[in-house]
Formats: sequence, C-alpha cells, structure tokens
Amino acid sequence: MSAAFTILGAGVLGLSVATELATRGHAVTLVDPAMGPGGHGCSWWAGGMLAPFCEFESAEEPVLRHGQASIDWWERHAGGVSRNGTLVVALGRDRAELDRFARRTEGFEVIGGNRVAELEPDLAGRFDRALFFATEAHLNPRVALAALQSGLAARGISVTAGPPDDAGEVIDCRGLAARDILPDLRGVRGEMLVLRCPEVTLARPVRLLHPRVPIYLVPRGEGIFMLGATMIESDRRGVVTARSVLELLSAAYALDPAFGEAEILELGADARPAFPDNLPRIGRAAGRLYANGLYRHGYLLAPALARQLADHVETGDKPEFWHETDDQR
Amino acid sequence: MPTFYDTQVASPMMLGTAQYPSPAILAAAFSASGAGIATVSLRREAGGGQDFLRLIEGLGVALLPNTAGCHTVKEAVTTAQMARELLGTAWIKLEVISHGDLLAPDVFALVEAARELCAQGFKVFPYCTEDLSVCDQLLRAGCEVLMPWGAPIGSGLGLNNLLGLKALRAAFPEVPMVIDAGIGRPSHAAAAMELGFDAVLLNTAVAKAGDPVTMARAMAQALDAGRAAYMSDPIEPREMATPSTPVIGKAFLQ
Repeated sequence: MSAAFTILGAGVLGLSVATELATRGHAVTLVDPAMGPGGHGCSWWAGGMLAPFCEFESAEEPVLRHGQASIDWWERHAGGVSRNGTLVVALGRDRAELDRFARRTEGFEVIGGNRVAELEPDLAGRFDRALFFATEAHLNPRVALAALQSGLAARGISVTAGPPDDAGEVIDCRGLAARDILPDLRGVRGEMLVLRCPEVTLARPVRLLHPRVPIYLVPRGEGIFMLGATMIESDRRGVVTARSVLELLSAAYALDPAFGEAEILELGADARPAFPDNLPRIGRAAGRLYANGLYRHGYLLAPALARQLADHVETGDKPEFWHETDDQR
Repeated sequence: MPTFYDTQVASPMMLGTAQYPSPAILAAAFSASGAGIATVSLRREAGGGQDFLRLIEGLGVALLPNTAGCHTVKEAVTTAQMARELLGTAWIKLEVISHGDLLAPDVFALVEAARELCAQGFKVFPYCTEDLSVCDQLLRAGCEVLMPWGAPIGSGLGLNNLLGLKALRAAFPEVPMVIDAGIGRPSHAAAAMELGFDAVLLNTAVAKAGDPVTMARAMAQALDAGRAAYMSDPIEPREMATPSTPVIGKAFLQ
C-alpha cells in the first residue's frame, strides 16, 4: 500500500489535515498508535469554542483572522456547528474586567440585562451588562472529531497503527508528542470538567471574567456542559487537582447557583502543545513536514493550518505560519 | 543599585513571570524592562513545569522563587525547600496568605515561617504589610530585606498607605526594601522610589497591560526617574507660593 501523504497523529490537527488533503483529491494515510481520536490527545478535552473575537483578548492578530474562517470549514466538513454567538459576563465586583475585555476585543455589542434575559433566560436578572459576540460559534469536539474520521472513512481512509511501506511525504501532526523533533514545543496544562445540569439551559458559550479564575461554560445539549479551563505552565497530564476543581466549580456556581446541583460526569486534564509565541508553526524538521503549536486554539486554527499545509504541498510556497529553522536559513 | 543579601543587582525592578500572553512576550518585556530579578511561582508549575522554568532561566536574570498561594507555615517551608532544590538558590520570596479577598499576608504565620527558613539557611524576602512591629519581628527573625505591599496583589491601586510606608522607610533606613504588590502605573512605581525604597516588584501591571513590552519600558523609566529624584533631595512641599524669579525692581505685593 502506498500514499502520497502519511499524516502522523489523529487529533484535531491530523484529522483536519487529512480531510483537507483528501478533499483536494490527494491519497492520504493517517497513522495513530491509538487508531483514532480519544482521551490520549488534548483535542479530546477541548471546549470547542470557535471564538476568534474573544480569543483576541490575549492572542495575536492571526488568531482573529484565521479563526473567523474556521467556522465555515467546520460546518462544511463536520457539521454540528452552533452559530449562537458568545456571551461574556462579569460579577459586580469584577466589572472592570468587562471594560478591559471590551477594550481588547472587537465584534461585540454591549447589551443590558433585558437582552441578556432574552438570549439566556436562565441568566435573567443576574447580569445587568454583558458583551455579546454574535458571530461566534461552538461545536462538540468529540462529535466533530468523529465526523471528520467518518468523512475520511467514507473516502476509504482509515486510521492505521503504523505507517505504510511507502509512506510518501510524512506530515507530523503529533502535538506534544512531537517534542522529540521540536525542542521549542512546551506543554500548557488545562483542566476541565463535564457537568450534567438539566436545570440550566444555555444556548451559547458563556464566559465569566475574573482576574484570577476566568471560566467558560460550553453547552453540549441535553443538560451537558463543558466547564473549563485552567492555564498552567506545565506539561503534566493526568489527574485534575482539588484546587482547580474548587476554583472552576466556584466560578460556575457564581455564574448560576443552579450548577451547585450539577452531576460531575468527567474530570479531565491534558497539556496543550505551544511554541514560545503561542502561535502555530508549519515547517520541516527531521526530514518531514510538521504542523504544531495550536496551543488553546485547536479547533479555531486547525482548518487554517490544514489549508496552509495543503497549499504548501501543492505549490511549494511558504505559508504564513511557515517557520524556518536555523539550519534552513 | 540595590543590594540584597550581599548581591548587587543592576536594576531596581523585579518582574514577575506570570500571566503574560506568551513566553515570547514575557521575554521581550524582560528585555525592555532591564529587570535584574525574575520572580517565579513554583507552587502550580512544579509538576511538569520544567519547560517553562527553562524559558525563565533563559532570560539571563537572577531568579527569585516565591511561595505564592501558600496559606500555612508548613506549605511555605515545603515550597521553599522545593525551590532551593529545583533552582539551586537560597533566595526565597516568602508569601503566606491569610485573606482570600485581599491576598493579605498572614503576618503571624509569616514571622514563624521566616524564622524557620532563616534557621535553615534561606535568604528570605518576606512579603509583608507596612506594619512597623511586624517588620521589626521579621528583621529579628533573620530577614535582611523587607517587601511591604503597596496595595493588594494585582489591584493596581498604587501606594495605599503613604504614611505607613514613609514611617517604615524612616524606621529601618539601612534595610533594603522593595515595594511588592499593588503597583498599577509608572507613576506609582516612581512614587515608591521617590520615598526612598530600593526596588519595586511588578507583575500584573506589566503582564496584563494591552502592550506588556511598552509598559515594561515605561515602568523602567519611571523607576529611574523616581530614584534620581530621591537622590537629588527634592524640595519639600509648602502651602505658600514662592517666586522662582527675583522680585527686585518690581512692586511688592501687600
């Protein structure tokens, strides 16, 4: 068996790159020792917010520009995108955080309590001011990964445990596991919970700003919510700490006390792969192409990286996220 | 330039390493600030934070590990020991926090932890209030530096108790003192230096500014200006105008 391209890693980036190349008619194989997406990869634990404007608060301009195009890509290739926007709120004593967030972002309208109640009836009376980012979207990461995988399967592409004999051009999308060829890569730990709270209905992700513990809740339907996420400079994976759970749950409780009755379905932690500028890179290392460093923007930027990689292999032009290594200069 | 525990540093700025948009911006902010000391929190990063530590070590400045987030003597002492082992420095910025809302120092536990750590050979930089008797106790415990707060951590309120800070400076003129916490703007940093403090520790004001690198530079300029002003023996404020041009030959005011 042979392929023009062999993609290493079946996380959000590997699946996106495989999908983009296969859609353009290239022969692709996808290799992952775990034979598919799952809890061994950090995209399994993601929030699934497609929120380029909100992320612009702490991210750089390319995140905003490329993030906006990702929403249509996901709709086209995976479906299941909810385009209900994002609501950003702060508790009374943290209102200065809302002002700062507004100064640092764009693409929102400032809304009052009545409009908050219209958008999210369960939050009626709790916030007299909020920022509404109407054009943002969200998806369920695990559903999206499965959709990409079955889309590939429909083209006869399945995930294999090892590379084919004739691998063709190898594209390394292994995330943090690629530290063996990318020494600049580091892990940024994130912890999250999955809650079931049928008492609460939210139509869109809600971000609660706080100087120490900003949180977001992403609705996944049927009373299920993803609550995240910590940002810790550590590559430790595995179990969640008591402190992080306390902080996240306290913030969710402050957003809506009904979350006090939520069932905790999952606790998850993983490490996001990031380069020192927290922006992704495409490049060449150890004789292969790689794409990596999606940091906290896996779903937001994977489509842009996939497109840039596909353009690169077709034209040879160096894409925006191209990174020259010292020995190539 | 300030001297802490016989080590002279090249800048009156200590800069924290948390909350920057990225390590690349952190590094650029350090470079713009000229800060001689980087504080680093070990409590959350310790398990698996080696990559980040390597980045911080790559800044080429002295490291001052802290015990941020510790609420008891035992936690603080354990964290300090871990820091010494991991970073190979006896310097420790000692924080023992009591009240969650203000992140105020627990001054009783602080003195106890300082005594214990000094006895173990640590060079302790205690994060304290401006209270004279607390500071006196810390010096007796073996601390040779004091780090009174300007205002609560991350609040950006500046110097909240000018009277207390002036009294502290006057009470222990020989002790190196660093304003730790509360600085929000360059004017606050300059004011601290004008009062005769030796250094200022910053983190949130730089890291969370829209442009951290430019803010780092502004803070460095303010510290220089404040220090130069202190050294130049500024005039005392007075409530009457004094003419700055001679009045000879002009009509005297009645």
